[in-house]
Amino acid sequence: MKNTLRQVFHSSKFVGGFVIFMLLVLTMIIYPLINPGNPLEQIGVGTFAEPGTYVSLYDSLSSPTETMRLPGADEKRLVRSLTGEDRVAMVEWFTAAGVPVDDLDMTDTDAMLDLWFANYDVSAKPKGMTMAKRNYYQRLNNNLLDIRAGDTLIIADKNDETGELEEKKQVNKTDYVNIGEVANVKTLPLGTDNFGRDVLKQLVSACGTSIRIGLVAGIVATLIGLSLGLLAGYLGGIADDLIMFITNIFTVIPGFILLILITNSVGQEQRGATLVAVVIGLTSWTWTARSVRSQVISLRNRDHVNLSKLSGHSMVRIVLTDILPYIASYVVMAFILQVSSGILAEAQLSLLGLGPRTTTTATLGLMMNWAMLYSAHTNGSWWAYFPVILTITLISFSLNLMNTGLDQVFNPTLRD
Amino acid sequence: MKGYRKYFGKKILWFVLTFIIAVILNFILPRLMPADPVAAITGKLAQGMTDTSAVQEIYQRYAEEFGTDKPMLEQFFIWCGKAIRGDFGLSFSQYPRSVSDIISSAIGWTIALQLPAILVGWLLGNILGAVAAYMKKGFDKVLLPVSLFMSNVPAFGMAVILLVVFGVNLKWAPIAGGYAYDMIPNMSWRFIASVIRHYQLPFWSIVLVSIGGQAVGMRSMSIYELNADYVKYARFLGIKDRKIVGYVFRNAMLPQVTGLALSIGTMIGGALVAEIIFSYPGLGSTMYAAVTAADYPLISATTLIITIMVLLATFLLDIIYGFIDPRVKAAQID
Repeated sequence: MKNTLRQVFHSSKFVGGFVIFMLLVLTMIIYPLINPGNPLEQIGVGTFAEPGTYVSLYDSLSSPTETMRLPGADEKRLVRSLTGEDRVAMVEWFTAAGVPVDDLDMTDTDAMLDLWFANYDVSAKPKGMTMAKRNYYQRLNNNLLDIRAGDTLIIADKNDETGELEEKKQVNKTDYVNIGEVANVKTLPLGTDNFGRDVLKQLVSACGTSIRIGLVAGIVATLIGLSLGLLAGYLGGIADDLIMFITNIFTVIPGFILLILITNSVGQEQRGATLVAVVIGLTSWTWTARSVRSQVISLRNRDHVNLSKLSGHSMVRIVLTDILPYIASYVVMAFILQVSSGILAEAQLSLLGLGPRTTTTATLGLMMNWAMLYSAHTNGSWWAYFPVILTITLISFSLNLMNTGLDQVFNPTLRD
Repeated sequence: MKGYRKYFGKKILWFVLTFIIAVILNFILPRLMPADPVAAITGKLAQGMTDTSAVQEIYQRYAEEFGTDKPMLEQFFIWCGKAIRGDFGLSFSQYPRSVSDIISSAIGWTIALQLPAILVGWLLGNILGAVAAYMKKGFDKVLLPVSLFMSNVPAFGMAVILLVVFGVNLKWAPIAGGYAYDMIPNMSWRFIASVIRHYQLPFWSIVLVSIGGQAVGMRSMSIYELNADYVKYARFLGIKDRKIVGYVFRNAMLPQVTGLALSIGTMIGGALVAEIIFSYPGLGSTMYAAVTAADYPLISATTLIITIMVLLATFLLDIIYGFIDPRVKAAQID
């Protein structure tokens, strides 16, 4: 046993897969300790807040300020405030007003502004331009002028008695706030999802649920497959025929379809994560049964098994002591594959809206489903679905890598 | 020859039995759904109607038309009798279209999408796997982890990534549908061009996912064969390397052919997700729509078609294997 373990941990592929998997598990354990709380709490009111650090505007106004003259601050501000749409609109105005724009680089903010202030004329009425459009350019011009000028902003508060605005504070362009002084700062490394929930926190908890679903499905599938395979292989005859018939039925009816039908039949209320996991296990045991059976058949007539039979050992004892140890490595590998395919099956089911119907836990498939339903993929919210795809891929990649490593240890012909 | 007859006879018997059970399951399972689709249709039609007896009458008319008022066993035999003639009844969700009409318009899309995709993915994957096994060093060291990683990207993940990168961001190809939405299917060049453009993303998403798995399988089979005794023996005899490689890859292909036959059989079930994500008008999308609408005549028919395809694929495989695999031949002689 010890020797086998040492051999297994010498395989670089197994170790690689094991490390990735353990890192994922560790993240699942440690992250909730650093960042406790309900992973499904809605913290944002809007949908799909971008990843980044969010600073409370209200709190930063009352935080102590520091005056700094950073080089290039004005330029940065201008670049930020000039959106892509504005740039296109400016070029449109230039063309309408007959200003040559052939060698103008739209990303060069300085050149654009210079050209703008040199040529823009409020009273100009380029041909074919609507009133609304002219007003838009006026507003744009005022904005740009404001940013250029050294204006200060005034924060005013409404006086409850008189209803008048009273000046509370002036904010200069050179005022800076230390982020540590602001009372409320929230870093969302993966933004929020369609319900305004922290994606990273949700992802970590979903990863745990999905691995649990995979484990339950894998255990159910391996147990059924192993016992049916052992029985069919060891008993032979009619029992073998009957068991193989059942196995054939489950093989021929695509598991995925059976899953859709069963999860749909049990109704929405009863469809929790555990039930989905069990259903996945119930439909995916066939190939385990098949391969265990063929392994047992090749073992059935070995001398040590015959010796046990002659000694009058019971069938249970023969199977447990003389057959099971020989196929143990194989069963472990099959189990690993079952876990990985169980996780994938859950994700696909959930994507079709047939996954666990819960509002209290998240699974990787459900996160994917939510992101798709709110078309995160077409509105550019990559953080809502890409980390999910990556996590699923990493889990099944690590499990398969472990499996390949084990395969090479136990099947020496596969070693390179 | 007598051995073969017995072998095939036994196989056919089991397949017929499996088929019967599959048909029964296909019929019963969707009907266990808690929703009452007839009530849903009636509800849609009777909107705003205050006369309850009229609503009742509408409900009864529809229950009669769909045959849901009869006991389950009777429904089953009626359904079987009609199904043999290719009549699967009327669809609930797309009433008054018939199920066979919906399916016949969808199945062409699915086959045209998946068959070439599976073949191309299988071919590319096998070539890569064989090359990796033969080259061993550098190429293999890179290729194995990459293909293993690629084969673990879930099918829907690959579809979504391709959709976002090439459809939404680069705008190389349209992201949904089988042809431009403002067109009516016909044989004009404009329509064919549109179909080809819509074909790209779903096609490549299936190919990319299947390449990895095939490459990994072919690689390990080839390595297994390259280390086999007959290869060593052939080397001792001084047979040219090129010739040995030819033998090795022919032997390694055998299990891979099994994989191909099975993936062709399961193509609708397997790549269902790609169709749904790209709203491709094939069987996958049809089935998804049917499941969401609790349209059980349609679900029964689509799952039945898939089951028959898988059955046929495994059956043909068993027959072919009986002829080409010497071990099966040997078993008959006993």
